[in-house]
Amino acid sequence: MPVEKLIFYAFAALMLFAAVRVISVRNSVQAVLFLVLTFFCAAVLWMLAEAEFLAITLVLVYVGAVMVLFLFVVMMLDVDYAAMREGFARLLPFGIIVSLMFFGVLFYILRDRFFGPENLPPPPPHGADYSNVEALGEVLYTEYFYPFEIAAVLLLVAMVAAISLTFRGRQQRKGQQVSRQLQAQKSDRLKIVTMASESPRKATPEPAPTDPEEGQS
Amino acid sequence: MDALLAVLLIIGKILLILIPLILAVAYTTFAERKLIGYMQMRIGPNRVGIRGWLQPIADVIKLLLKEIVIPSGASKGLFVIAPILFIAPSFAAWAVVPFDAGVVLADVNVGLLYLLAMTSIGVYGVIIAGWASNSKYAFLGSLRSAAQIISYEIAMGFALVAVLMAGGSMNLGEIVEAQSGGIWHWFFLPLLPILVVYWVSGVAETNRAPFDLPEGESEIVAGFHVEYAGMAFALFFLAEYANMILISVLTALFFFGGWLNPLQGIPGLETITAWIPGTIWLLLKAGFFLFLMIWLRATFPRYRYDQVMRLGWKIFIPVTLVWLFVLTLMIKGGLPPWFGEAG
Repeated sequence: MPVEKLIFYAFAALMLFAAVRVISVRNSVQAVLFLVLTFFCAAVLWMLAEAEFLAITLVLVYVGAVMVLFLFVVMMLDVDYAAMREGFARLLPFGIIVSLMFFGVLFYILRDRFFGPENLPPPPPHGADYSNVEALGEVLYTEYFYPFEIAAVLLLVAMVAAISLTFRGRQQRKGQQVSRQLQAQKSDRLKIVTMASESPRKATPEPAPTDPEEGQS
Repeated sequence: MDALLAVLLIIGKILLILIPLILAVAYTTFAERKLIGYMQMRIGPNRVGIRGWLQPIADVIKLLLKEIVIPSGASKGLFVIAPILFIAPSFAAWAVVPFDAGVVLADVNVGLLYLLAMTSIGVYGVIIAGWASNSKYAFLGSLRSAAQIISYEIAMGFALVAVLMAGGSMNLGEIVEAQSGGIWHWFFLPLLPILVVYWVSGVAETNRAPFDLPEGESEIVAGFHVEYAGMAFALFFLAEYANMILISVLTALFFFGGWLNPLQGIPGLETITAWIPGTIWLLLKAGFFLFLMIWLRATFPRYRYDQVMRLGWKIFIPVTLVWLFVLTLMIKGGLPPWFGEAG
């Protein structure tokens, strides 16, 4: 048990540090990398909470795919940092008010009355043969099947919307058509002519060609 | 004290996997140079040691003694971290790989997902290496690699979904056990298109020829690791070959019965070969796929970039989706001999 506690505090501290660095570091690429570290620490904490499926899915989906694309975009953007920091002093009061309100809401919900240790006793630890994935799959495809499908349709709609926003109609492109490339036959491109390998004139070579141009022809 | 002993035991097991792995990597490079040499009517390295057998050792010493040059415009911290970020996941993935029945470092229920997660993290090393080098060749290489790994990971993920459907588990050991009962019980036949997709995606994910665009020597010098020298370069090299071996072992585990004896179920032959440990069979099968990878490199020219993307998105993903439906029908119909009792 103390080992688990040690791991928990180590990774919780690392996670907080990384999360603060996400917004405090100057370079945006480094900010994204700190965000990746934050996700990774969160995955470790979930793993400690015996949610191994969620933990690995977090690494797989967020760290492995979403953040890579994020990094991709951030690396290629040309961000003007001076312009970004411009209205900092002017907007600071609003920022403080909004964050205080947000903190208040979170504090109201997350305090002991609802989420105290007596309201949320730790679940009984499962045996080594208990499969998290099986339990999750059973409720996901029976009890929560309807919300699951709705979420899937939502994602599909978002995908179609993104494509239709960026699609600017069929253009006159000069790109290749793969089907036509594959249909190409050897006979379309290549004509093989049978001919003697030596010209008949040279078949009986003269002993010493004196003219240099004759040797080239 | 018990906890300390347990930790020491785990470290010992890790070393028991890693040291043979690193040796295997060293001799895979030797095998590659020799094999490609013979395929191209050359001899290959034959100067160091007897018939060149000490060549990898000499290479390691050379790389160890070389200076690590950090370019003046580079982002120093990230430049140093990148090779570590590349090699750590490729080693960590071996934790769930079983070498025989029950011989595995971490016998977890979500082994397949863990593998997928680990192979997808490796891309950070590549991206960061390219970005931190502050060189256009390295950056181009890392962008290509990122696009390629993301594209092929989708096809690979679907292929693994088919494997876990067929095996009925995400535990690698149980997937292998589901194939027991002889060569005709292995998954390579009902999952034949998936096998092809998985294998080609694996070759593409490890940045091997003919998908070695991130390194494309003829266009962008050496891609993402062009600025690295000495041991930092060696880490990239080591990780790439460790990934190759990993993909070969996984293909053997998922589709060719892992450590199972191929003569199982044949009366007479099975009892004669029963003394051969399963690890030997696994290594033989994996060795064949490793050879195939080297053979591919010697045979095929490099793909053009748009062709790589087209193959991944427009061919592999539809093929795996269709075959998932076919596989569902096969499992529901209880197609013998693979899915008979599961029905």
